Amino acid sequence: MIPELGHFALILALVVALVQGVFPLVGAHRGYASWVALARPASRLQFLLLLVSFSCLTWSFLKSDFSVLYVAQNSNTRLPEIFKFSAVWGAHEGSLLLWALILSAWTAAVTLFGRSLSPLMMARVLGVLGLVATGFLAFLTFTSNPFERLVPAAAEGRDLNPLLQDIGLIMHPPMLYMGYVGFAIPFAFAIAAMLGGRLDAAWARWSRPWTQIAWVFLTLGIALGSWWAYYELGWGGWWFWDPVENASFMPWLAGTALMHSLAVTEKRGAFKAWTVLLAIFTFSLSLLGTFLVRSGVLTSVHAFASDPSRGLFILLFLAAVVGSSLALYAARASKVRSRVHFEPVSREAALLLNNVILVVTTVSILLGTLYPLIVDALGGGKISVGPPYFNAVFIPLTTPLVILLGAGTLARWKRDRFADIWAKVRLAFVASLVFGLAFPAVAMGGFSWRAALGMTLAFWVFFTTLKAVRDSARGRGIGGLSLSQWGMALGHLGVGVFIVGVTLTSIYSTEKDVRLEPGDTYELGGYLFHFKGTTHLKGPNYEGDRGEVVVTREGEVVATLYPEKRNYLSGMPMTEAGIDAGLTRDLFVALGEPLGDGAWAVRLYHKPFVRWIWLGALIMALGGVCSALDRRYRVLARRQREALAGGVA
Amino acid sequence: MRRLLGVLGVLVLLAGSALAAIDTYEFQDPEKEQRYKELVQELRCLVCQNQNIADSNAELAKDLRRKTYEMVQAGRSKEEIADWMVARYGNFVLYKPPLEAGTLLLWVGPFLIFLVGVWLLIRIIRRRPDAPGTPLLSEEERRRAEALLAQGDEGDEDR
Amino acid sequence: MKARHLVPLIVFTALALLFGYVLVKMNKGEYNPREIPTEFIGRKAPAVEIPWLYDRNQRVSSAKYAGKVWLINFWGTWCPECWKEHEFLLHLSRQGVPIFGVDWRDDDQEAIGFLRSKGDPFDQVGVDPRSDLAIEWGVYGAPETFLIDAEGVIREKHAGALTPEVWNTKFAPYFLGREAVP
Repeated sequence: MIPELGHFALILALVVALVQGVFPLVGAHRGYASWVALARPASRLQFLLLLVSFSCLTWSFLKSDFSVLYVAQNSNTRLPEIFKFSAVWGAHEGSLLLWALILSAWTAAVTLFGRSLSPLMMARVLGVLGLVATGFLAFLTFTSNPFERLVPAAAEGRDLNPLLQDIGLIMHPPMLYMGYVGFAIPFAFAIAAMLGGRLDAAWARWSRPWTQIAWVFLTLGIALGSWWAYYELGWGGWWFWDPVENASFMPWLAGTALMHSLAVTEKRGAFKAWTVLLAIFTFSLSLLGTFLVRSGVLTSVHAFASDPSRGLFILLFLAAVVGSSLALYAARASKVRSRVHFEPVSREAALLLNNVILVVTTVSILLGTLYPLIVDALGGGKISVGPPYFNAVFIPLTTPLVILLGAGTLARWKRDRFADIWAKVRLAFVASLVFGLAFPAVAMGGFSWRAALGMTLAFWVFFTTLKAVRDSARGRGIGGLSLSQWGMALGHLGVGVFIVGVTLTSIYSTEKDVRLEPGDTYELGGYLFHFKGTTHLKGPNYEGDRGEVVVTREGEVVATLYPEKRNYLSGMPMTEAGIDAGLTRDLFVALGEPLGDGAWAVRLYHKPFVRWIWLGALIMALGGVCSALDRRYRVLARRQREALAGGVA
Repeated sequence: MRRLLGVLGVLVLLAGSALAAIDTYEFQDPEKEQRYKELVQELRCLVCQNQNIADSNAELAKDLRRKTYEMVQAGRSKEEIADWMVARYGNFVLYKPPLEAGTLLLWVGPFLIFLVGVWLLIRIIRRRPDAPGTPLLSEEERRRAEALLAQGDEGDEDR
Repeated sequence: MKARHLVPLIVFTALALLFGYVLVKMNKGEYNPREIPTEFIGRKAPAVEIPWLYDRNQRVSSAKYAGKVWLINFWGTWCPECWKEHEFLLHLSRQGVPIFGVDWRDDDQEAIGFLRSKGDPFDQVGVDPRSDLAIEWGVYGAPETFLIDAEGVIREKHAGALTPEVWNTKFAPYFLGREAVP
């Protein structure tokens, strides 16, 4: 009964989304007020229906209803409750339903917070979102029904992949989807503005906090994925340039460019057409990611089991959405162009260069990700493009960006001079060089040019951000800084922290695979690892061995680690690493195979500053939140609402 | 289609899971150890869903690691070992695509795009319409205006 | 409408067409992202000399096939597709096709038991417990079958179970004078 209800709600939601998509757009074009008025209630109804549908699916999982095929394929009575809940989005159909739910939630949020928008604008925005939702819901209903029945019902389900039975899984996809989907809002705004033929600073001011919040979620989602891979997979890595990872990173880079471009459009009315194009580009990358992950054209550990017929559906959807948006852009871009003057040396120019570098980086990653596919499809054989390529391209492209960061934040709007900027940054420049060159040798115990470069860039970011904060605080005190200014400072600071983590961990990590018998010790990175042997262990849906490793440094016990080797009932062996996390280093122990007589193959890691990678992302995200909450968005919204109310009355 | 599924079915058996794939190889020479580590990270596991042989638990990956170890110990260089692998499995086995005619666009592309981007940027900035020629303010008014603008800019600049 | 505003649309269309082309090929079964083409077509076959399955102290080698057309088949009892093709391999061996079997990464006793109970289609069968031979031939999965001509040059390879269709189209033409297998 419940699955039927869920299925029915899903189909209804599709119908409502279609109404939400078609009527307001036509109504706005033709001037039918009653059709325009349909937008808000339809959006809210769609959200409620999808909430019902998603709840029904969740209920089926929690009750282990194996008459539902999707539940039988992804769950098991012995699965711990919390993982039954997160299994809902563990595979293709359920995660797509989550996508649709989140899209409807964002849309409903627009109806709640967008009261300052003119009804026509609101109608167009909701209409565009409705059309996008229609596409996803149609895909769900016709090719990927999560409520499909299994007749006769299975007595027991297949287990959820043990790799996914983890807290990271619970958080990572929803966060990512909140980000991907969130970029639909600025996209819808861009389309609505082009349809209406008008694009002003108010449009940018409206779009900006939504973009920032979406960006925050995506930042957190990617960081979570990286952190999860690090502690769950047992190989100490945190990024592999896997196609699916790239599919999440590209919208992030484009979204960052979009945020910066919106800043200029809002403040100076410049870059209007470019910002519109970026908004389309960013959301297109979200959709492209969906396509790449679910169509089976790319090989990845993350890819959902798929078939090419589904791929064709998504491709058609992608072509329709992106193709029509770009066609609209081609037709209307000249109308929304800005005619704002700024000098070659100015903050506008710096932000434009920022955008160029970010877009070039995004396109490069796209090129690397798709290249094997292109070569193979054109009959050129099979090649692989992996981390060596991406690192070789990414680092040279982003290094100038980081340098620009420092100079750009201190540049004046509209017109500035190199000499003035240099006067502001020269102290930071010298300090960065000094600290950057000294740090590897002094703090890390061994000089390296690559480390020096990384640390110099990081210090450059720190010092210039500090200078910017000090300059803003002059005369007002630190409390006088607006949330927006804090946002910028934290966002950039996060980048610096991230660079520290990446640089130091990449260059100074040490690892060793050794055979250890109970009682053996091994020295790594200044720490002594004492292997105490293993004990047998039994969990809710697995059995295994648990090792004990005591880590000492200069005689003092620093940590006791318990790496585990588990054999899940579904047959998959898994390793849970024992990790001692620290601000300046991680100690990491993983069990391999038993070698007989109580001896084990053990992997030991010493990873300096690895936590700074995710700390940096967290700080960036915090910056984004600050910016989005800046008073002026709320003040302006209130003023516009009042103005509208006054005008209408 | 069935053939496709057949091959896939077979490959699945050999596909490793993503866990710590730990061998206890010993090295006397730290340079050789470094070479081994780099190689196993840059060689692709042929039966996995996009993993290098360092991280894969698959049987074939284990054997490829052993072969790599033996060749490193025998004193072969990184290029020689990579060539050896490519001779048997094609360029697919290398995560670093070779620089040849077919991959020229790949390696050069990003920097070309960058140059194009910068060139476009310069053109856009240069094409900006210039401020009107005739001065509307006297020298004294101009100086006062600039002073006021400079003050306003400083408060303005961070948002 | 300015021409340059059309550029994004044009670029996107090209990309979408590429994806569409790839998907259509995948649907028809002509493109499999997971299949790796072999480097060995046209190469001289590597020398094969491995321990005999039935007695590891003795060795079997491909030297006796000089001047003849023969097949080499990599298999294992752990591989379900190998079980599927077994019947057809027996049929081929009864027709006189020389098949050199390589028992790859397998348990000797289980393999012997398998051949005893289901029949042994191999003219000779050896073991490759550590993938040394498999890697020499660029093998990455089982079953894989190669065809070597009378000059000792590898002419064909098939990954997956050997079926009559594959035999007829790829392999049979090299066995001149032999009838096509129904």
